[in-house]
Amino acid sequence: MTVALRDTPVTPDVVAAHGIRADEYDRIVELLGREPNFTELGVFSLMWSEHCGYKYSRALLSEFPSTGPQVVQGPGENAGAVDVGHGFAVVFKMESHNHPSAVEPYQGAATGVGGILRDVFTMGARPIAMLDSLRFGALDDPHVRYLFRHVVRGVGDYGNCVGVPTVGGEIVFDDAYAGNPLVNAMCLGLIRHEDLMRASAAGPGNAVYVLGASTGRDGIHGASKLASTELSADTVESRPTVQIGDPFTEKLLLEATLELIESGAAVGVQDMGAAGLTSSSSEMAARAGTGIEIDVALVPRREPGMTPYEVLLSESQERMLVVARPDQEPALMAIAEKWDLPCTRIGIVTDDDLWRVLEDGEEVCRIPVAALVDEVPRYVREVQEPSYLAEVHGSMPDPDEIARIDPLAALEGLLSAPTIASKRWVWEQYDHHVQTNTILGPGPAGAALLSIKGTPGALGVSTDGNGRYVYCDPRRGGALAVAEAARNLATVGARPLGVTDCLNFGNPEKDAVYFQFAEAVRGIAEACRAFDAPVVSGNVSFYNESPKGAIYPTPTIGMVGLLEDVEARPRGGGSPGDSLILIGRDGAHLGAGSLLAEVLGIVAGRAPAVDLDAERRHAEIVRELVRGGVAVSAQDVSDGGLAVTAAETCFGLPAACGIEIELPEAEGGPHGAMFGEDGARYLLVVPAERRDLARQRLDSGAVPWREAGRVTSDGRIRFRDVGERPREELERRWRNAISDRMETMEDER
Amino acid sequence: MSGVPIGIVRFPGTNCDQDVFDAVAAIDGARPVWLWHKETALGGVRGIVLAGGFAYGDYLRAGAIARFSPIMDRVIAFARSGGPVLGICNGFQILTEAGLLPGALMRNAGLSFVCREQWLRVDSTDTPFTRHFRPRQLVRFPVAHGEGNYVADDETLDRLEGEGRVVFRYVDEAGEATPLANPNGSARNIAGIADERGNVVGLMPHPDRAMSLLVGSQDGREVFRGLLEAAA
Repeated sequence: MTVALRDTPVTPDVVAAHGIRADEYDRIVELLGREPNFTELGVFSLMWSEHCGYKYSRALLSEFPSTGPQVVQGPGENAGAVDVGHGFAVVFKMESHNHPSAVEPYQGAATGVGGILRDVFTMGARPIAMLDSLRFGALDDPHVRYLFRHVVRGVGDYGNCVGVPTVGGEIVFDDAYAGNPLVNAMCLGLIRHEDLMRASAAGPGNAVYVLGASTGRDGIHGASKLASTELSADTVESRPTVQIGDPFTEKLLLEATLELIESGAAVGVQDMGAAGLTSSSSEMAARAGTGIEIDVALVPRREPGMTPYEVLLSESQERMLVVARPDQEPALMAIAEKWDLPCTRIGIVTDDDLWRVLEDGEEVCRIPVAALVDEVPRYVREVQEPSYLAEVHGSMPDPDEIARIDPLAALEGLLSAPTIASKRWVWEQYDHHVQTNTILGPGPAGAALLSIKGTPGALGVSTDGNGRYVYCDPRRGGALAVAEAARNLATVGARPLGVTDCLNFGNPEKDAVYFQFAEAVRGIAEACRAFDAPVVSGNVSFYNESPKGAIYPTPTIGMVGLLEDVEARPRGGGSPGDSLILIGRDGAHLGAGSLLAEVLGIVAGRAPAVDLDAERRHAEIVRELVRGGVAVSAQDVSDGGLAVTAAETCFGLPAACGIEIELPEAEGGPHGAMFGEDGARYLLVVPAERRDLARQRLDSGAVPWREAGRVTSDGRIRFRDVGERPREELERRWRNAISDRMETMEDER
Repeated sequence: MSGVPIGIVRFPGTNCDQDVFDAVAAIDGARPVWLWHKETALGGVRGIVLAGGFAYGDYLRAGAIARFSPIMDRVIAFARSGGPVLGICNGFQILTEAGLLPGALMRNAGLSFVCREQWLRVDSTDTPFTRHFRPRQLVRFPVAHGEGNYVADDETLDRLEGEGRVVFRYVDEAGEATPLANPNGSARNIAGIADERGNVVGLMPHPDRAMSLLVGSQDGREVFRGLLEAAA
């Protein structure tokens, strides 16, 4: 972006450089009743960008269920909230910071964490946990290692400093993300219902303040340029559009914001995130049905000579917009002073429905609030199924080729594939204990389990999403992301309450991408209905494309659930003689799965079929067995099928234990049963003395199940009639796959 | 609220303040009291905890700026007069910066932040905070820090060991102070030390995160019980 002078003429070239289509420009002229000036054009380019305005996605997102008795706050605020009983609600949201992380991985990831934290505490909730859903290219690529190392460090440094534990998430490594990594961060906060704060600029005559950091030139056009276009060779030149984070200021802002909300020193609070002052002020006015007037000359600056355009569009971090009544001002100022944060009055709430910006009293912008917020163009497109799908579905390898794979060698390969291998190298860099709520952290289980202090309950949280499934089968893939999150919650005994999502796709102006998006949204909506898990917040990230092509369409689901009594949590452990019980039918489906991708290096076939009724019933019975202590632990069967799940279950047992698994007779070999990724399946560890109890309960539940094996004392992982390996050998591969690469191989920026 | 007042210092950037508050509150007879960094009086507290976090963002060097905040003059005087002072993690770093404990905490040998469950051996029970442990008892407190690598010259290390002032050491499950069991490269696997009189103790691991079996360990309770008794 060239230097933004306020008198730059608005020519068709300038309009195009702002990413505004000719027909959109005509609509702007119609809404204003005149041509916009240069500053106003910049403001429209932000507010009508996909990142802020959701112009390609909003119509489709209305298919999501978003209501239910548990919903305290649905979509439309900074974050959603669900009731967790005893007067408490959990506020949560997930957001992407993909392109900033591609350009500048440390700051991109760090500010992604900072932004999602603010979305939660701006509602008055104290952040209690973070999860991160990350996607990178193959780890053997030195540039990918550079991105991975610095994203992990950025996430850790920011969250660790602010004092919010990072308790879970998932990481996938696949060439599809080589040019465009995904960094999705989810934050949860806890609040008493009556303290919930909404971001509204109510009460004409009330004053508008900016609290926190001063405003600089960083992040200008982050939302429109960086988040709403494809990455290209010269995007690295976009480093100035990446914001710089300061977690220390964030911590002060967190404490000050919670204190001012708790003490009733504000009418409304809103994070100045994407599109900074522009979006925060116009959205606050839109929610309240008011107008707002701001004098940019009053905004504290980091650098001299900034134009109104730059002040309005800056995405400098760690800033809040606060609306307060005159009688609240002394308390607001006292809290700001206590925390050594600047708090400056910059404007006023008006009753004229206009978004007006002044500079030293002289009008710079005059736009109806509704034109910025409610009049964003909405595009619904009719597109055909892309032809690649039929090709992918038709290209399954010959059954003979699969039969020739040595199953135990394949298991070794899968366990040492970075996507499946232990992520200890990552999560040891994250403080996952601070705040002392972490019952189950990032290691052992599919979901994190957090105590809710002040109540007998605990929260289960999981993030999931398999881009390869969505690529092969957009609708099934969307539904499977939700199903896997629900399965993970079931393994810790938690019942789903609500969902947040981050929908990472390519360029929606391309037919294939739009098709993937529309279908995946449908799949997610269907599955969320089946699990009674409304979508209360979320984020769309389009344009995830680089010269290497589009990423796999990757919706990430963050699901929050409740275990009403923490005493009913899974206790873990296990000993020789315990039963391994498989819930669900034996596997057979290899399409779009890990065996093909990691061992044969091909992406082919359809994603596993989705049976939402079975998913719901099986999750219910797993929850019951876990809560009743009949099972001491449970794992859902996902990437790599029963074989990988059984090995991971074994790694969670005391050191000398092994396992033995029996497989059903199958024509063409054991590969389907070992590596099939069919849905609605779990592997449970049931102590010998509770085996009969489990049997009784399962037989009365009309759920397919079998005793698939047992815990042994010989330290070996054995698939009867197929072969075996020492546990220690497999565990070492699984444990060291990532750390070996990161500690011995060089990076390349 | 009655009970012996125990002060918990809050610097800007302290983030384990609430965890320590809860830990103190969990001990019968103790009453947690906030001490804001801008204050210049201790308000009659009988014991003091410097909690973990990133005081002043750890800018310059961990603990380096916190040491000059108004409250620290009072904390130093309180410690010199024999009052019990416990520094956890960032609090340990501040105690060394303030000259109340010898040595320094440098960047972890692995250069990365490390957060994990950690076995420790109690090598001195001659402090108020460890008197309820058995000599060489194994306890489990989590560690979570980026700058926990304890360094001091050999003379200081020898003196600390000779005077029984190494309070906690990083060990493996069998109680051995091996290099593998050392999460940050600390000299002689030192996790925590005491001053000459034993009333000031600093350690990198978090007893405040080991107060309940729900989070994996309740070994930290004895540390806070000892603090209360010394303060009473």
